[in-house]
Amino acid sequence: MVELKMGDHNMEATAWDPGDSKDWSVPIKPLTEKWKLVPAFLQVKGLVKQHIDSFNHFINVDIKKIVKANELVTSGADPLFYLKYLDVRVGKPDIDDGFNITKATTPHECRLRDTTYSAPITVDIEYTRGTQRIKRNNLLIGRMPLMLRCSNCALTGKSEFELSKLNECPLDPGGYFVVRGQEKVILIQEQLSWNKMLTEDFNGVVQCQVTSSTHEKKSRTLVLSKHGKYYLKHNSMTDDIPIVVIFKALGVVSDQEIQSLIGLDSKSQNRFGASLIDAYNLKVFTQQRALEYMGSKLVVKRFQSATTKTPSEEARELLLTTILAHVPVDNFNLQMKAIYVSMMVRRVMAAELDKTLFDDRDYYGNKRLELAGSLLSMMFEDLFKRMNWELKTIADKNIPKVKAAQFDVVKHMRAAQITAGLESAISSGNWTIKRFKMERAGVTQVLSRLSYISALGMMTRVNSQFEKTRKVSGPRSLQPSQWGMLCPSDTPEGEACGLVKNLALMTHITTEVEERPVMIVAFNAGVEDIREVSGNPINNPNVFLVFINGNVLGLTLNHKHLVRNLRYMRRKGRMGSYVSVHTSYTQRCIYIHTDGGRLCRPYVIVENRRPLVKQHHLDELNRGIRKFDDFLLDGLIEYLDVNEENDSFIAWNEDQIEDRTTHLEIEPFTLLGVCAGLVPYPHHNQSPRNTYQCAMGKQAMGMIGYNQKNRIDSLMYNLVYPHAPMVKSKTIELTNFDKLPAGQNATVAVMSYSGYDIEDALILNKASIDRGYGRCLVYKNSKCTVKRYANQTFDRIMGPMKDALTNKVIFKHDVLDTDGIVAPGEQVQNKQIMINKEMPAVTSMNPLQGQSAQVPYTAVPISYKGPEPSYIERVMVSANAEEDFLIKILLRQTRIPEIGDKFSSRHGQKGVTGLIVEQEDMPFNDFGICPDMIMNPHGFPSRMTVGKTLELLGGKAGLLEGKFHYGTAFGGSKVEDIQAELERHGFNYVGKDFFYSGITGSPLEAYIYSGPVYYQKLKHMVQDKMHARARGPKAVLTRQPTQGRSREGGLRLGEMERDCLISYGASMLIMERLMISSDAFEVDVCRTCGRMAYCSWCHFCQSSANVSKISMPYACKLLFQELTSMNVVPKMILENY
Amino acid sequence: MATKTRKEPLLYMEEYRVKQDPQDYGLADDVFSIQAFKEKLHIKIKRRGRPGVRSDWRVSRHCKCLRRMMLSDVPSMAIEKVYIYNNTSIIQDEVLAHRMGLLPLRADPRLFAYRTEESTEAGTEQDTLEFELKVKCSRRRDAGKDQSNFDDIYKNHKVYSGHLKWLPKGKQAQIYSESAVNCIHDDILIAQLRPGHELDLRLVAVKGLGRDHAKFSPVATATYRLLPLIKLNREVTGKDAYLLQNCFSPGVIGIDENETAYVKDARYDTCSRNVYRYPQLNDAVTLARIRDHYIFSVESVGALKPDVIFLEAVKVLKRKCRALIDEIEAE
Repeated sequence: MVELKMGDHNMEATAWDPGDSKDWSVPIKPLTEKWKLVPAFLQVKGLVKQHIDSFNHFINVDIKKIVKANELVTSGADPLFYLKYLDVRVGKPDIDDGFNITKATTPHECRLRDTTYSAPITVDIEYTRGTQRIKRNNLLIGRMPLMLRCSNCALTGKSEFELSKLNECPLDPGGYFVVRGQEKVILIQEQLSWNKMLTEDFNGVVQCQVTSSTHEKKSRTLVLSKHGKYYLKHNSMTDDIPIVVIFKALGVVSDQEIQSLIGLDSKSQNRFGASLIDAYNLKVFTQQRALEYMGSKLVVKRFQSATTKTPSEEARELLLTTILAHVPVDNFNLQMKAIYVSMMVRRVMAAELDKTLFDDRDYYGNKRLELAGSLLSMMFEDLFKRMNWELKTIADKNIPKVKAAQFDVVKHMRAAQITAGLESAISSGNWTIKRFKMERAGVTQVLSRLSYISALGMMTRVNSQFEKTRKVSGPRSLQPSQWGMLCPSDTPEGEACGLVKNLALMTHITTEVEERPVMIVAFNAGVEDIREVSGNPINNPNVFLVFINGNVLGLTLNHKHLVRNLRYMRRKGRMGSYVSVHTSYTQRCIYIHTDGGRLCRPYVIVENRRPLVKQHHLDELNRGIRKFDDFLLDGLIEYLDVNEENDSFIAWNEDQIEDRTTHLEIEPFTLLGVCAGLVPYPHHNQSPRNTYQCAMGKQAMGMIGYNQKNRIDSLMYNLVYPHAPMVKSKTIELTNFDKLPAGQNATVAVMSYSGYDIEDALILNKASIDRGYGRCLVYKNSKCTVKRYANQTFDRIMGPMKDALTNKVIFKHDVLDTDGIVAPGEQVQNKQIMINKEMPAVTSMNPLQGQSAQVPYTAVPISYKGPEPSYIERVMVSANAEEDFLIKILLRQTRIPEIGDKFSSRHGQKGVTGLIVEQEDMPFNDFGICPDMIMNPHGFPSRMTVGKTLELLGGKAGLLEGKFHYGTAFGGSKVEDIQAELERHGFNYVGKDFFYSGITGSPLEAYIYSGPVYYQKLKHMVQDKMHARARGPKAVLTRQPTQGRSREGGLRLGEMERDCLISYGASMLIMERLMISSDAFEVDVCRTCGRMAYCSWCHFCQSSANVSKISMPYACKLLFQELTSMNVVPKMILENY
Repeated sequence: MATKTRKEPLLYMEEYRVKQDPQDYGLADDVFSIQAFKEKLHIKIKRRGRPGVRSDWRVSRHCKCLRRMMLSDVPSMAIEKVYIYNNTSIIQDEVLAHRMGLLPLRADPRLFAYRTEESTEAGTEQDTLEFELKVKCSRRRDAGKDQSNFDDIYKNHKVYSGHLKWLPKGKQAQIYSESAVNCIHDDILIAQLRPGHELDLRLVAVKGLGRDHAKFSPVATATYRLLPLIKLNREVTGKDAYLLQNCFSPGVIGIDENETAYVKDARYDTCSRNVYRYPQLNDAVTLARIRDHYIFSVESVGALKPDVIFLEAVKVLKRKCRALIDEIEAE
């Protein structure tokens, strides 16, 4: 037992050491170029390092643990039989080229050939065949789709030159998979933290819940208070179990012992009394009796296994394995669980008295992020277990059979199951894990390659598991604890608003580290083991409990000392830098976390009002002597996770450092994400504008990567002459946006012009367009496979057909080469054939007898569809994974801006082209400069995008000076400096110039604010949207016009339009629109019976006496006939009017 | 000078707006008479740079339309059709053709005729110029392994406008020399190639108008500005005088030996209006521009000299007026 001395050495140990008071007077010099730490950080961590780290952890560490945990396969049929996995490895990426020949592959080859970029998973095993013990090495059990740039990827450690040889863009971040030719991202999944007590009010019932999660089990346990009594609730039990029964079942039998766990003070005794009496009333006094009681409340299992256990044994099993599964039980000792339950009860009791003690679900410290690695490891473990279970059943079945060859498991080990399981999970995004009863859809998404930023933005996306339909604002709103971890601007609008988030620039997501060494360090630092103390000291108000990863580790008398020691050890590198320690004073707990999925970010440590990073450190960084990791190793910078961040005092610049300050922000602009970082001067904009830009930056065309010419994507937009923005930001440089830009610097005049610029429309200069402004390339692909079928028939590609009369190639085949595939460089028109493929009419399983030469073929050509012609950029002929011929054709269009094309600046100000004006009609200034674009000034007052005006000013000065200005968030070039530059070059200091009208030639009365603004061309173009129809195809069933632009469909005269016509009295117009122009049909109607007749003959009346012809919509006739088929007879009564 | 300018109609450049002189009623009050126009019209060529640079005129009013004419109604020759026989470079056919179109040609458009609707695809020697561009990039044999400069490793890896070869049509070879028709600059980068890349193009240049496409415009830009006028309302001396000097373009404000500012030459002022920034100078100056004194600046692309372009524009104007008169008289 630990003896307690109350508050003995607490004071002296926690007193702050003021240091030498002389130092105080010296003002803290701001560190110049502190931001250089950010590129240094990104150099080691990268923007998608979290994905890659997590995946690396999985294929190098976790997979071995999983195999180790499931290493033995035995069979009930033969006690001698066993299969043991000794080791597992994930190899280097390769591709199976048939005939068991494999060769190394590259991601780009997989993209082009529609195959999966994967590596073999090989195992070393030991097993018995009969009585022999056999070892086999390097046995393939499946293929693991590889994440690009992971440790096993062909791209890691390659130089820029080597990467370009592999057709890969050196700026591509990696972190995604190539599955069946598609680039797939496993999105970061946000979840409520597991193994953590959460107290909350659930419809008036105070409850404390824990979601336990271990490798084997996931379960949820609740302690709740009802009518002054406490109960434990669990899915496996039908009823709430009185808490005292649980305690007794856990082996804490005496009421006194239970009460001491809960607390011996009179308040606790009063509150808990009723629960004790409850157990007395139930006549539960012993552990056995308690287990029996629990056994009676068990949920009846549907698939009862053969083993017969008594209910009490089952209850015991449940307590050992399922209830609070994460709390360790060694050697059937349930003491830890009892302590844990008592803690839950006390949380509930405390929350009942003080409503402020409820936990906040939305608090980001209570969240964990699941990454590709952990998701894949769950999937792999599931598949691996299934494989082992199947091996076991095969062994059970086959061992008893007497055969010539002895049973050999290796022959039954198939790689296909794990391969297909992983591949289909990633390609479909359906994550079904049987042992957790988990079923999630949409875990993966196709990597959006509209622009470089959209791909990068997707890698930092965080998806919340929360339902989108629920109407609660809590999970959607911006939580203060998201500061610095998640971008406050980048979230979509509409239904997913606030649920889909994006990581900030410096956020790192932890991977799991061993907790064992941390526990030893903690014990050495003065933590008393919880198992060695009774309930009494636990409830002592001067004692702080220590938790590690949600489990109780022990208690401490001097919590400040402990926390300081632990942090000191971390800074000195004695434990992992991502281990977090924080104190909760309300719960009197110290939490240590070593688990994966926590968000964290680096901060400069401040001691005695001085940041530990000194100028000379930064100089060393500049000279390249010092790397970011050295800052970590020297204990100058440390990572704080959300919980510890909220337990620290962080100054945001040097001036703000106070006595209690513990940390200093590295650079404030890093609290924004990748997409918001593109916005110049975002701190001058109204916040929603930055959010709009985050959504629009992903639709901007530009460059995708250095390898964009080698890609054959299904849709790709490129700008012909992309510019780097005149006004940059630090983030732009760090994300390499200036190397792969998406936009052009247009000279903009802010003025009204012609009235074609209302509602955000833009006026473009025709001469600018003629000279190449806004020109873009649109690439599309079409592909087909040439297959061989089981009946020995195969597809074939035929050459172009000639017209019999003229002996010329027919128009449809005009672009075909002699091999029947279109030639590169050709222009293809609508309805022309690009691949003249033919398919055998019969492909099913009836092999042709006697190989008759005449196999009937049907033509299945791949033809071009679209009002505008395209050019053939490239034709690729290859083979896919199924060894079929794969033909891919890349089509290209060059598009010139036209009226209706959408443009947007970087401030959420989108607009369509309203008018294209000749250069001579454009206004011009004293220097003869006429703008490329005119923007209406009404766009400013309500949007309050001051950042845009600053961008214009900075860009203008930059042009004159020949340099780039910076619009970095919370910094950037100062307006004063910019104005001085303008003045120096003879320009007006506010950026307004004297303009002349291009039409009349006389000066304008107002001075015009003009200069360059970075404009993005968005993917929405009229050419893809324009649609009109005079006549066209009809649907077969209803004979009404088809729907949609792609089917050349009609434009609907809807209900409301119909209402207008009715109210106007234009009945004939309604008739015309709804019937005559749509699906008018002549029907014979029998006036006697009211049924429809056919060919003037009423089949019902057997006469043609009273048949008349009327016209009605075909859909109406169809309805009548369908009703008739259901024994409802609609009758028509005809009358003259 | 001061007495002369006072009569001229002024536009005052105030801090926030341009204001007309209250006595000036502008065009509305100005009845056009050819007599008065002839009297008023003075054209003075102030500066004539090397062709393709800049020339200035002082032109009287009613000639504003000449700017528009020069931009879009004076013809010039440009490449209109590109026949691509082979293009294995990374640059797309359409983009390459667009770039070729923008190349400025030296051919004098006055010596050529427009293509008409009836004219054949091939064109005639009167209306068409043909060029070819045949470039193939290869690796230099003599390049050492340690060389990393592309110029040393590859041959023809950069295609310049100088690679264009004129193909005389009919008797064109006797009339023109290659240097009289080809591209003005021979160092315009068209494309970059790598070993194995090849360009084989035939280019057809025709006469056209800037109205149709900016490439046919004979000028980079033609523009004018009004003559600035700066008047000192009071004496500005000492420190303020130097401040005042800094507010204007160099050479606009002079300072005499008494440290008093005087207007040296308002012509060169860029009209930045930065004086208004300083409250102590706010009232010291009146900024204005003379409403009917235009300073033209014609930046020729190079085929025609700026003054020729100007005269051509006048001819176009004349032709247009004639057409209008004919139209009216035909009624």
